[in-house]
Parts: sequence; structure tokens; C-alpha cells
Amino acid sequence: MRLSKFTKASVYTMVAAALTVGVLAGGEARAEDGQYVPGMVYRTGPYAPGGIPWADGYADYFTLLNERDGGIGGVKILYDECDSAYNNDKGVECYEKMKGQGPTGASAFQPLSTGISYAILDRVRADKIPLITSGLGRADASVGSVFPYVFTLPVTYWAGADAIVQYIGQQEKGALKGKKIALVYHDSAYGKEPIKTLEALAAKEGFELSLFPVPHPGLEQKATWLKIGRQLRPDYVIMWGWGVMNATALKEAAAVGFPMDHFIGVWWSGSEVDMNAAGAVAKGFKAAQFILPGNSFGVYKDLKTKVFDAGKAKGEAAEHGTVIYNRGLGAALLTAEGIKVAQDKFGKKPLTGEQIQWGVEHINLSPERLEQIGFSGMINPVKLSCNDHEGGGSVIITQWDGKEWQPASDWIMPRREGFLRPMYEESAMAYAKEKGITPRDCSKE
Amino acid sequence: MFYREAGQFKASYAADQQIFPIRQDRIAYYTLLAVAFAAVPMVANEYWMATILIPFLVMSIASLGLNILTGYAGQLSLGTGGFMATGAFAAYKLSTWDIGATFGLAEPMHLHMVFVFLGAGVITAAVGVLFGMPSLRIKGFYLAVATLAAQFFLLWLFNKVPWFTNYSTSGVISAPPRELFPGVVITGPMAHPVTKYLFLLSLVVLLALGAKNIMRCHLGRAWMAIRDMDIAAEIIGIRPMRTKLAAFALSSFYCGIAGAAWAFLYTGSVEPLAFSIEVSFKVLFMIIIGGLGSIMGSFLGAAFITLLPVLLTNGPRLLGLNIPVDIISHLEFMIFGALIIFFLIVEPHGLARLWQIAKEKLRLWPFPY
Repeated sequence: MRLSKFTKASVYTMVAAALTVGVLAGGEARAEDGQYVPGMVYRTGPYAPGGIPWADGYADYFTLLNERDGGIGGVKILYDECDSAYNNDKGVECYEKMKGQGPTGASAFQPLSTGISYAILDRVRADKIPLITSGLGRADASVGSVFPYVFTLPVTYWAGADAIVQYIGQQEKGALKGKKIALVYHDSAYGKEPIKTLEALAAKEGFELSLFPVPHPGLEQKATWLKIGRQLRPDYVIMWGWGVMNATALKEAAAVGFPMDHFIGVWWSGSEVDMNAAGAVAKGFKAAQFILPGNSFGVYKDLKTKVFDAGKAKGEAAEHGTVIYNRGLGAALLTAEGIKVAQDKFGKKPLTGEQIQWGVEHINLSPERLEQIGFSGMINPVKLSCNDHEGGGSVIITQWDGKEWQPASDWIMPRREGFLRPMYEESAMAYAKEKGITPRDCSKE
Repeated sequence: MFYREAGQFKASYAADQQIFPIRQDRIAYYTLLAVAFAAVPMVANEYWMATILIPFLVMSIASLGLNILTGYAGQLSLGTGGFMATGAFAAYKLSTWDIGATFGLAEPMHLHMVFVFLGAGVITAAVGVLFGMPSLRIKGFYLAVATLAAQFFLLWLFNKVPWFTNYSTSGVISAPPRELFPGVVITGPMAHPVTKYLFLLSLVVLLALGAKNIMRCHLGRAWMAIRDMDIAAEIIGIRPMRTKLAAFALSSFYCGIAGAAWAFLYTGSVEPLAFSIEVSFKVLFMIIIGGLGSIMGSFLGAAFITLLPVLLTNGPRLLGLNIPVDIISHLEFMIFGALIIFFLIVEPHGLARLWQIAKEKLRLWPFPY
């Protein structure tokens, strides 16, 4: 009996060993001609509800380009996914696995996780692959001279924090002095990003800032909200949440009777997924966005005929036009546009990460260009340069009316000159010093 | 037939007491070392090196550490993640410490990486002793709960006090570029995976050798005595306080080095979240599956827990199946869970015991009685 169990175990071990050898032998690129675009997505794990629509939007846009235009400039897009589960270690593994695939290696990475972008921040510099952290990641990476391979377009968290405070200022007719603002944030690299900006703004505008960290994954917030709702009673609450933390915060805020229209989330806290999970109490909640939801934009016409109706969409029809799906589309647009601009310079063939870096750095999404590709109205124009990797994007505040997001403000331009930009520079230079990086001279390029 | 020690006579005490008394074992061990040091760096590609072998080696150090404490000394601990975080943050502070500025020298000077790793281990050992104090009064599962305090307190501390991250706004630390020898960069993005791998492998071999030998000397025997029956151990003259705290110190030393290696040699940058309670459980599962109280088991367990998921996610692709990534991830969880249960049913004493049974069978093969 013993022996048979043992034999069975040995057979299993051998199967595992055989698979190991298989992995050793494989892992190489499939020989197919085209531009390889890696999709570092998360369709599993605690943050999957937000990760799935983004991944679908990202994939669908490349499907559209392949179906409608035969790729970019005639070069087919080879799109491939790897599931990171919003886990930094798995993200690093995905990155290492995907960076060398395709005929010319990975075009650009968009990990949709601040933690993962921190983890691969140094690696992309060594591997010469652009890292686009659209509305996430490290804000001071906007300084292109120190972070040549990292792009933060169209907005950073610091810009988002400034825009939200500007909006609160508009609501209060400019009188922020003495007001109390609380920040409820995911206690991770992501949630901590806006603190520095908000502290600087508190000093500048004279409001009182209180910080409330919420540990991962964010299901336990009762004490936080009792303190906010019963003790501190702030005028406004700003939230930097993601995943289940968002709906939990909305429910707890409602439980202590905090007015929803004084509760403003960053873009990752404002999606249909969270609002539907929170239910009726979410009505009136506001969120900053840099890409508007809705399916009436130009790009949807082609998406409908070439992708949705052709049965080639990754996800369900219900997610089309939602906040995060559109953000996935927008993110894909940035990668695609980077490839297109690079092709204009280097020729219409599969390009390397280093060439695409040039392309992304010279992205100019003018109103005309946005109209042409069907993103007009969905995203505001951005234009990058060697030193400015953020590109002057703007933010809009939206409000949940119980069914969908309605714009609650005009597009707000974050105060970059004289406020955010010097902060970026200071922080980036400290990073350069710690890492021994000599910033490149952008005046020569 | 092949694996038989008949005819191998020991003529000295040294020969009798060596770690691998059977010649075949010695040959296997040296072959393994040769393969790991010479063949692997030549054969394996960068992906294999950087994302499969390095984390496996790092987790081997951590599970060695926990095996010392839990497997040999019998003190159940759930603080591994916290101790690893301590190691990582200590290494960060030590490596970014400008000795030149402290002592008024003109040139900036930094600690050598070897001392950074050792220092991280020593600091973690001190922290481990501190959190090991309750073990003098609490035993078994209750101790596990007490060590949870280390896990949560330490992570909270590194999250809360900006000094630990050199006032970084995001709370993320990243490894500064440093050289092992002039010209050989070992940390930072420019370091080649092969250099990192070889450094880490040497570290692992030294630490494993150290652990194995400590287990065979009076200290190891004292730990096993405490584990098997602490009152009896006390009666034969083993001082529980000193022995238990030594176990905590050594275990934390290993975990600290593992944490430093995780941050500096594997990911390159970490936030405290990377050492959450899940890591503690993972290391505990490693030693349970690998085999409690076995050096070999620590490696087998680490291999099982770190390599199998990678294999399962990449497996379907290699077989040419085009399965969506989310289904692969879910399959990974299911197969992995099933395999853990399977192995524990087949051999509740872990993979190390399975290995031992295999060796016994091999001795009799092909004529079992």
C-alpha cells in the first residue's frame, strides 16, 4: 500500500519535473511578425472588479486597430495578457516574462498599479522600455530628464489632489481658510501619493488636513468613519481608495451621515462598480476623472461595428462606456499613439522600446488629432516634451446621480507652474541623487 | 543497487560525523552545487534567473529561518513577514547611510553590501529576541498569536515612521546601486541577474551549512530537547530562556537576511505591504509541506510554494492551450490547493520525509523484502 502511494507520488513529481523542463524550453517569443504590446492586467484577486473593465477596454482598442486598420501603420499588434492580481511580485514576474517577447520586445508597459510601477520603475530604465502610468504611479516621474522611460500623462496624483482642492475652493467661493478636510487613503504607495501635495496646499490655503489610512484591502473602516463623522466632522472628505475599499467607505460614510456631495474621490474611487456595490447611499458622491465615461464618443462607432457586433469584445456589453472601461481605452490610445508617432520617425515596422520611448515623448494629442481618432470630449488635449512627461492634462469632477456619472464642474487645470512643477523637480532630483542618475540635458534635444 | 553504503568504512571520528556520511550523497551534493554555481548561470535565461530562481533562493533562506524556530525549537511563529520587513528596512537604512558625512569625511562613503546584509540580519535578530520574550511564558498556538503582534507592529512602524523610508512620500524603499567588488554591480537596476544569483546562492549555501551545523551541535540539540518536552529539557540542565531566545535570534537573523535579499536582490523596491501576513503564512506552509525540523525540507518546501504557481501559470501556454489569463489564475489556485492536500495526505511529515522514504526504498532496490 505504502509503495503504491509512493509510486503515485513519484509519478506526479515526474510530471511536475517534465513540466519544469517544458517551461525552461519555452518562455520564448512566438515567431510572428508585428508589434508586441504587453497587457499587464489583473482579472483576479481583490481588485479584479476594477481590473477587468480596464483590461477589456485596453484589449478592445487594440482589437479595433487590428480589425479596422490592420494594426498601426500596417504593422499588426500582437497583444498578450499576463495576470498580475495587483500583486507586486507577480507583476515583476509578468514584466520579466513579457519584456523580451515579440520580434522587437515589449512596446510599453501599463501596469495599472502604483505598487507595480514602483517595482519596475528602475527596471524599465535598464531595459529601455517605456512605462506609462496614466493617472497613477509616481508623480515626480513627470520630470522627463530624470525619468526618461516613465510617462505620467495626462495627470498625476499630485495634479489630481490639486484639482480636487481647487474644486473645493470653487464650491466654498475661495474661502478655504479654517476649513477641515480629511483624506481617507489606501495605506500603500498608491494612497500615500497625494499627502505631500495636500500638506503643501493646506499650508498655502490655510485649511486643516487630517489623514486617515485604511489598511489593505479596506474592508474595516468603522472606526475611521466614526472618528470622521462623529468627532472630527470635516467640511470635505477626499478619498484615495481602490477596490472594495471604495464601496465600504461609501457605506460607512452614509452610516455616520456624512453628506455625499462633500465626499470627493480620486478617479480610482469613482467607478460604476463601486457605486453599484454601495447601492442607493452612493447618490451624490463625487469623483475626479481625467477620462469621461459614456459611449457616445466617436471611437465607439467603430468599436460597435468592428469589435462589439463582430463578437470580438473581451468583456460583456454592460461595461462598455463605463468609467474604467473608457480609461482602459484611453490608456490603450496612449500606447498606440506612442507607437504611431515613433513609426512616423523610424518607419512602419515593428519598433523597439527605445524607439517607442521617443514616440511617447513626442505625443501631441491636439484637439484635431483627438477628433480624428474619435476621442474628442472624452479626454482633454495633452502634449509631451523631453522634460514634461505629464503633458498638461486636466481633471473634471463628476457626480453620481444614482444611475450614472454627470459632470459637476468644468475641466480644471491643475496649478503646475510655480506649484506642482517645482515639487516634482525637487523630488525627482532627490531620487536622481539617491540613485546616482545624471539627468539628461533636455535643452539639447 | 547504486545507492548502498556497504563497504564504506569510517576510519576517523571526523569521517563518521560528517554531514553526508554516505558517499553517494556527497557526490550528489557536490554535483548539485556544481550545477547550481556553474551550469545554471550558463543555461538559464534572464527570466528564469530573475523571477524564478532568485525568489526561490530568498524564500529558502526565510524558510530555513522559520524552520530553526518552529521545526527545531518548536516555537510556532507567525511573525516571519514582520522580521523580513525588518531585514529589508534595516538593509535600506544601512546601505543609504553615508558614513562619510557621519564621521566628517569629505567623500561620501557607504557600507559594503556584505556588511549591509550581515547588519540587517543582526538588527533583525535583536528585534526577534525582543518579540521572542513572550515565548518564555506562552506556548503553542498562543505563542503564534503573540508573534502576530510582531507582524502587525513592525509593518505599522515602517509605514508610520517616515525615517525608515528616508522620508519618501510613497513609503516605498528601493535598493541603491552598489558594487560587490569594484566594477561588479550587485544591487540596483543595472545589476545583472547572474551576479545577483551567484551572490545569493553563495549566501544560501553558507547559511544552510551554518544551520545544518548548528543543528548538530549542543545548541541544536538543546532546541530539539525543548521542542520535544520542555520540562524534561529543563531538568537535564537546559536553560529555557537562553535557548529559546537564541532560537528567536538565529531564526530572525535568517529572516532578516531573507527580507534584505527580497528587497535588494529580487524586487529592487518594496513597500511594507510586500511583507504582509500572507508572507508569514506562506513561509509557514513551506516548512510544513517541506518538512518540519529538516534543512532539506526548507528547500523542498520553498521550491514547492514558489515554483509550482509559476509552473501552473505558464504550463497551459506551453502546452499550446490558449486559455484566458483569469481562468489560468483560478486554475492555478485550484490545482495548487489540491496538490497541497494530496502531498499532505500521502506524507503528513512533508516532502523531506518523502525523500527519506525514497532513499530507504532505494537502498533495498531492486530486492525489497
